[in-house]
Amino acid sequence: MSNDIVNIEVDGKPVEAKKGQMVIEATDAVGAYVPRFCYHEKLSIAANCRMCLVEVEKAPKPLPACATPVGEGMKIFTKSPKAIAAQKATMEFLLINHPLDCPICDQGGECELQDLAMGYGRDVSRYNDGKRVVKDKDIGPLVSTDMTRCIHCTRCVRFGEEITGMPQLGTTERGEDMKIGTYIENSVDHEMSANIIDLCPVGALNNKPYRYSARAWEMEQRATVSPHDCVGSNMYAHVLRGTVKRVVPRKNESINETWLADRDRFSYEAIYSRDRLQAPRIKESGEWRDLDWEEALSVAAERLKDAAGDKIGFLASPSATLEEAHLTARIAAHIGTANIDHRIDRRDFSDQDNDPVFPWLGCNIAELEEQDAIFVVGSNLRREAPILAHRVRKAALAGASVSFASSKRHEYFFDVDNYLSGAGLIALLSGDDVQSVVAALNKAEKSLVLLGNIAARHEAYATVRALAAKIAESTNSTLGTVSSGANSAGLSLAGVLPHRVQAGQARSSAGANAASMLDQSLEALVLVNIEPDADLLAVDDAVARLERQEFVVALTPFVSKSLLQSADLLLPIGTFAETSGTYVNVAGTWQSFAGVAKPVGEARPAWKVLRVIGTLLEVDRFDYVTSEDVRNEIAAQLGEIVPDNSYAGRSEFAKPNGEDSPIAEIDIPIYSVDSMVRRAPALQLTSEAKRAAAESDT
Amino acid sequence: MNRVISYIKTFALWELLKGLSVTQKNFFRKSVTLEYPDEKTPQSPRFRGLHALRRYPNGEERCIACKLCEAVCPALAITIESDVGEDGTRRTTRYDIDLFKCIYCGFCEEACPVDAIVETRLHEYHMEAPGENIMTKDKLLAVGDKYDAMISADKAADAKYR
Repeated sequence: MSNDIVNIEVDGKPVEAKKGQMVIEATDAVGAYVPRFCYHEKLSIAANCRMCLVEVEKAPKPLPACATPVGEGMKIFTKSPKAIAAQKATMEFLLINHPLDCPICDQGGECELQDLAMGYGRDVSRYNDGKRVVKDKDIGPLVSTDMTRCIHCTRCVRFGEEITGMPQLGTTERGEDMKIGTYIENSVDHEMSANIIDLCPVGALNNKPYRYSARAWEMEQRATVSPHDCVGSNMYAHVLRGTVKRVVPRKNESINETWLADRDRFSYEAIYSRDRLQAPRIKESGEWRDLDWEEALSVAAERLKDAAGDKIGFLASPSATLEEAHLTARIAAHIGTANIDHRIDRRDFSDQDNDPVFPWLGCNIAELEEQDAIFVVGSNLRREAPILAHRVRKAALAGASVSFASSKRHEYFFDVDNYLSGAGLIALLSGDDVQSVVAALNKAEKSLVLLGNIAARHEAYATVRALAAKIAESTNSTLGTVSSGANSAGLSLAGVLPHRVQAGQARSSAGANAASMLDQSLEALVLVNIEPDADLLAVDDAVARLERQEFVVALTPFVSKSLLQSADLLLPIGTFAETSGTYVNVAGTWQSFAGVAKPVGEARPAWKVLRVIGTLLEVDRFDYVTSEDVRNEIAAQLGEIVPDNSYAGRSEFAKPNGEDSPIAEIDIPIYSVDSMVRRAPALQLTSEAKRAAAESDT
Repeated sequence: MNRVISYIKTFALWELLKGLSVTQKNFFRKSVTLEYPDEKTPQSPRFRGLHALRRYPNGEERCIACKLCEAVCPALAITIESDVGEDGTRRTTRYDIDLFKCIYCGFCEEACPVDAIVETRLHEYHMEAPGENIMTKDKLLAVGDKYDAMISADKAADAKYR
């Protein structure tokens, strides 16, 4: 091992560095700051900005720290007169063509060029000629461009080539005429494309929906967690006077690294959508009337009290928080009903007793990239969980064999080993083509079979899972799941299931599941954050069936036509930004967050609404003061849960419980997954959303 | 001895005469006070009074919503909201100055990169109803429009010292 260490000196201090490391990594490790624009730890080295020039003893000229490997006995001076002079000269060249429009630039105040110009720039330019002007490009509804400000660091170009694999930005011409562009007029469409906003060190690429609406220094940065997929990406909401102005990624190497999917970044717009429910509303002989919270809650409690226990149902969104789940489950238990479910998009429940305690990925998110073979069954992975797709791509680039099985082909930007498609999932998994996938899984040391959302929504999911489990077992692979919503894991743990109570303990008799619940005629039904038409995909004519129910209470942040049609009482709840809570992600990681924004209108956090309903129903020990109380209680009750995906395969599921038809498969488009995303204007303008809308029309 | 002199002075009303002599002396001097409001003291072109928002000669608002004045304001008297304007440029949708909070330090004027917010020489203004202390964008622009000649002349006079 000692061969891997080289001894160098940084600014006179002896430092140990790893062989092959670049100088900038060694200096960063000891906290000797070297200015840089083009270097980024997640991207390849370009060494084209020349800002990181440092003096190295015995080198005739200053060397770029980002592209110079460390060598034994190297003496590096980051702040010597020679290094500073070189950096100042580079800065002078960069500022020749950079416009002086910092006051109107959205990057102003958080701009790397602005910051470094304070330290390395001259106060007056020696350059008197005209500055370069570059035409702005229209690269879609998410990213605004001011290409005159570009300093040609090519971070955005390298991001496209290396991180997304979809090289949509590139450079044309050279020298002063160099331009970043899309070659032909085109939008940048990858589902993680907006990360170029964070990468751009200047104001050339910026956040379009946020454009000109606030300044970096006046906003508060509050940590939160993404509510749109099972990953639970860490992010910061930037809040001005209680209003979320934008969302940026929060670095977490074990989950989302430094990236954020566009869906997580731009969904905040829906918080201020016109569809927000401003106050509780009740339907009285066909007419809607606003009422105050006290009255609304007592009506809700009254109706729940009056209804017979087994004639009450609860449906929660898979993105409800753990606290909401726990309170819902406790109220249901108090009432004495087992009609409670969160698997609102599932169609085949025949094998639900063999479900794992909570849907688990099979490994940690970071471990995805260490797999040697991955077989993804029934998933549009890039749309379902962009961050997971990125990890899988990293594994593929590192040499893993990645195969897919889905009736429709989805595009991936790496070499896919085997793509089984063109038939139903059962046909694909039991056909002959699967043998080559099995061979690849067999060969691999660490291998994973992943069941995606399309598989989970299959009419014969039990059979699909049995087949996938068989493949996993025979090849000694781990079986994993990509679950829907942000908190399927948390809701399963809390016992928002008809056949199980907390921690996977079976109920004595199973209640009605999400699909069968509406077949019955219930006396009262509680919907937590569900829009019947778009979310209840497991049920045909969900709206009509809901209308037939005697009394429907909907806890919802938004009003929609389908809710007005089907519900009888609407209670406004906060979105993820206005409530505190906990999401358990697909790897089993608990992530708690606080509310970041002021609630809109009369909206209240859903856990508080449920808590008051519970108190009115006189549920025991329901005196929670904070959401932490709720979380601590369920955490204590759950204890240590070891995720286990081993499947006790049962032969009867060789006979599918439903049709194996590709046409009947449900693939929810990336920008329609939940009520927030559907109301984010910028996301709905993307070519991805427009294509999905066009497809659903035909 | 002193006590005797003091005794005589007291009876001769010496202090009174001494005081009246001052009165008499100043009675014929030129007056130092002004007959406000008919007369007014001279003002510097740098006088910091009521705020105004200026326009370019073509009528375009100068303010670009950079929010530097809001950031520099030590009394937190300025509140700005911004958005993309009709012509695609950065514009304010709200520009409020609370005159009760303002300490007339002139930092906003100094921070402004486009000479949009200025403090005029106007200092004789009053409020009658609650809420009138808030100078909205429209009011500020109206002040700027009305006193444009004065503001321009003051700026020109001060230009060589800046």
